Amino acid sequence: MIYQGKQKIWSEYQKGIPSDGWFYVRSCIRQNFFPASEKFFLGICRDTLGHDIYETKHHTTCGGIAYHSDAIPQETAMTIVARQFALMKEAGYKNLVTSCITSFGNYTEILETWREFPELETRIREKLWEATRREFDKPEYVAHASDLVYKFRNEIAERAAHRLVDVHTGRPLRIVEHIGCHYSKMFPHKGIGGAEYPCVLSGMVESWGGEVIDYPERRHCCGFGFRQYMVKANRGYSLSNTHKKFESMEPFRPDAIITNCPGCPYFLDRWQYVIAEQTGKTYGSNGFGIPVFTYEELAGLILGIDPWDLGLQIHQVAVEPLLDKMGVPYNPGTKYLGLNEKDIMRPGLPSALKCF
Amino acid sequence: MIDFGFGLARSSAVELDKVDLSLYKELERLEPGIRKCIACGSCSATCTAGPWSGMSVRKLILNLQRGKDVSGMLSACMLCGKCSIVCPRGINTRQLILSLCRIYDNK
Repeated sequence: MIYQGKQKIWSEYQKGIPSDGWFYVRSCIRQNFFPASEKFFLGICRDTLGHDIYETKHHTTCGGIAYHSDAIPQETAMTIVARQFALMKEAGYKNLVTSCITSFGNYTEILETWREFPELETRIREKLWEATRREFDKPEYVAHASDLVYKFRNEIAERAAHRLVDVHTGRPLRIVEHIGCHYSKMFPHKGIGGAEYPCVLSGMVESWGGEVIDYPERRHCCGFGFRQYMVKANRGYSLSNTHKKFESMEPFRPDAIITNCPGCPYFLDRWQYVIAEQTGKTYGSNGFGIPVFTYEELAGLILGIDPWDLGLQIHQVAVEPLLDKMGVPYNPGTKYLGLNEKDIMRPGLPSALKCF
Repeated sequence: MIDFGFGLARSSAVELDKVDLSLYKELERLEPGIRKCIACGSCSATCTAGPWSGMSVRKLILNLQRGKDVSGMLSACMLCGKCSIVCPRGINTRQLILSLCRIYDNK
């Protein structure tokens, strides 16, 4: 009965996602944290599945990270966003897809603000013209990149080389899905499934054969929170948030975590190392942590892309236990070899968290 | 251990399945009226000792329900009884505090 209730709520929070004609804007930080994710989003959706997604080298940050850190006022972020819209118009596209959750929230917030205060939109149009001699049209659709992967999840499943199933036992892998706060907590109707039951990631997990874990702190923030992390004195708050989530999910023995935000996979991954160093506690089995993936990385593994091409050696928590369960072949000898077999050096090993 | 310059904050979560509620249960036996408390805070608002001592009957009852020690707070009470006069549920809070003092004395 409860499941039917959730399905009913999901049906009320669906949004139109065109298959083609998308203008892609990257995140300012994801390429540092998870260097192959954006490349493989384009690789999978554009090259493998054949959908029309365009990006230009001229786009910049959306200003969201500075806006949420109180470094710039919203009007500045609006003018930056207006320039991105102008680039989209010049390229002949009408739908905007963002790589970053905070960008998605920022674009949505700005469009909603302009809807409430049209005089502000007029002022931003004047400022953009004064600064760049550009004009813009507002996008017809704004989506997050995970919305598109959600839409294409069954196409990916049809081409799957591996599934989210333990190849040794046939058991569906237990996956924790973590949604970035700026996806639908600010504007629930803009996310698939709303703020309480977003199914953008759980839909992928179920299509790819896994089992979604429902645990008490499922909707709790990862702890990034901008000011919490960027001010060193506040980082204990960030760490404690992540700790609270791991303590809550631990009894369900998750095999992996999937996220759709730039900050969440970074903090859920790196804080496991800090928690292990400070308390000696690890959350995976046999001293390992729980591997954390972006949705592009997990889609790449499903499609049979080499784990080291996906950049999984950059993760703090070892991914090998999950690769073994899924039956994904990998060569430990090439883990730290980059492009053209260039040695990218081995990181130091933690004292408490087991890594390779 | 590595000093990162920051650390885990102590959790303020109360796990009611694990706390010792024997003190509250004993007080409830002696003063069943405690069950009527709606935590409105009228008692704390009118408390003469509250502003300078931290005494708060509302907080005292809440802490008892969470299995915490409240002996430090009890010593600040002057037994003036104003809290009993203002209680909208008619709880004899003055008597409640006296009974709690007796439970502590008998320990």
